Amino acid sequence: MTTRRYSAAEPVGQLVEELHKLPGIGPKTAQRLTYHLVRMPRDDAMRLADAILAVKDRIVLCSQCYNITETDPCPLCSGPTRDRTRICVVEEALDVVALERTGVYTGLYHVLHGVISPMNGIGPDELKIRPLLDRLKGGGVREVILATNPNLEGEATSMYVHNLIAPLGVKVTRPARGLPVGGDLEYADEVTLSRAIEGRQSM
Amino acid sequence: MARPRTYETEGVVLRQMPLGEADRILTLFTPDRGKLRVVAKGVRRPKSRLAGHLEPLTRARVSVREGRSLDHVGEAETLRSYRRLREDLKLVSKGIYLADLIDSFTVDQSPSTALFDVLVGSLAWLESASGVEEALRYFEVQLLHVSGFGPELRNCVECRSALKPSPYGFCAAAGGILCAGCGASAKGSLIPLSVNAIKLLRFFQREPPAAVAGFVAPSRVLQEAAWALRGHITYVLERDLKSARFMNLVAAAAPRRKPIAI
Repeated sequence: MTTRRYSAAEPVGQLVEELHKLPGIGPKTAQRLTYHLVRMPRDDAMRLADAILAVKDRIVLCSQCYNITETDPCPLCSGPTRDRTRICVVEEALDVVALERTGVYTGLYHVLHGVISPMNGIGPDELKIRPLLDRLKGGGVREVILATNPNLEGEATSMYVHNLIAPLGVKVTRPARGLPVGGDLEYADEVTLSRAIEGRQSM
Repeated sequence: MARPRTYETEGVVLRQMPLGEADRILTLFTPDRGKLRVVAKGVRRPKSRLAGHLEPLTRARVSVREGRSLDHVGEAETLRSYRRLREDLKLVSKGIYLADLIDSFTVDQSPSTALFDVLVGSLAWLESASGVEEALRYFEVQLLHVSGFGPELRNCVECRSALKPSPYGFCAAAGGILCAGCGASAKGSLIPLSVNAIKLLRFFQREPPAAVAGFVAPSRVLQEAAWALRGHITYVLERDLKSARFMNLVAAAAPRRKPIAI
């Protein structure tokens, strides 16, 4: 066990330690949050505790798209207006939130829950790739959009999944890569810039 | 005199780890500072000026600001993106294997211009997509050699007698080739090596990257060398590299398809 730093009381030290385990929370932030929680009205603290318990107790993975949901199948998979001929494959459940915010995409999703990362020991078997293939074999899907992140691991994952989907005869697409809105041309790297030029559109 | 608080260097990005909201910790391999761990702030945001320049397997010039624990990247500019390599799954899996090997065999901040040249030379060789297996073997031999784990290829590792031109066995546990007599009584498992495979290993150990680029060897010879080197690397590291497993998985899969990008 690691040496615990000085804390005013045992429960305080314990909470600091638990918060410190969260991603992006360093020891100082964990302390600050803990002392904030100590001063917080009991009702607010209870609501926070209940919310944490609720996500653990009431959230499941959708048996179709593997998005996190309270009902199985999730509202997106069971939505009457969704286009069932398209599946958008994403790395994380958060990516679904980002894509839904655009309001442009009306198809279904498939969450891989990660990305192939050989150096970090994550291979294809750790991801929900097999269930995706089973879904596609079920028929009815005409297009799969591979919306993994446009970085080395995301691209490698997409290429790997594409190789597996290709024999099924489903159209596979990838979102366009190019210049970000509000960005600056001079700072763009050569890969982004050359893809932006290659994918240019008539005005 | 106070040390300068910023420095410039070039490096190949070996790996990355997410940090906080939008940052990453990168492992760079540089010629003048060896393996370097740096923080790239905001690099996961789409509008980041650094983002595309600091992808794994990119050779970039970086300007780095010294920090309290880890240094921070201020600016980055791509020197070579190895784009054709990263758009081909088989090649990228091999590139990741090279990066994983370098990361496993080097310690932080121990500079090696020779190893850097071997890395960028091998990546360029891989990207050319001709002699891919040769590029991997060359890299493995050189990495072992430069980092001091090079196998003994001229004399028998047991009795030190000079090897005559005849087939021998490679023993990872002993650290090189055993002559016929010592091979017969060896405790560790022996990997058979033909004369040509031994010659290939010696040739790769001796020559700088510029002299071997594009070199083509018969596949049987390459396969023997691959077995010997894989055995040696696994013995030195005392583990299998996950990236090697992925590389083999991809290589065993369906024939290469045209990249889906663009």
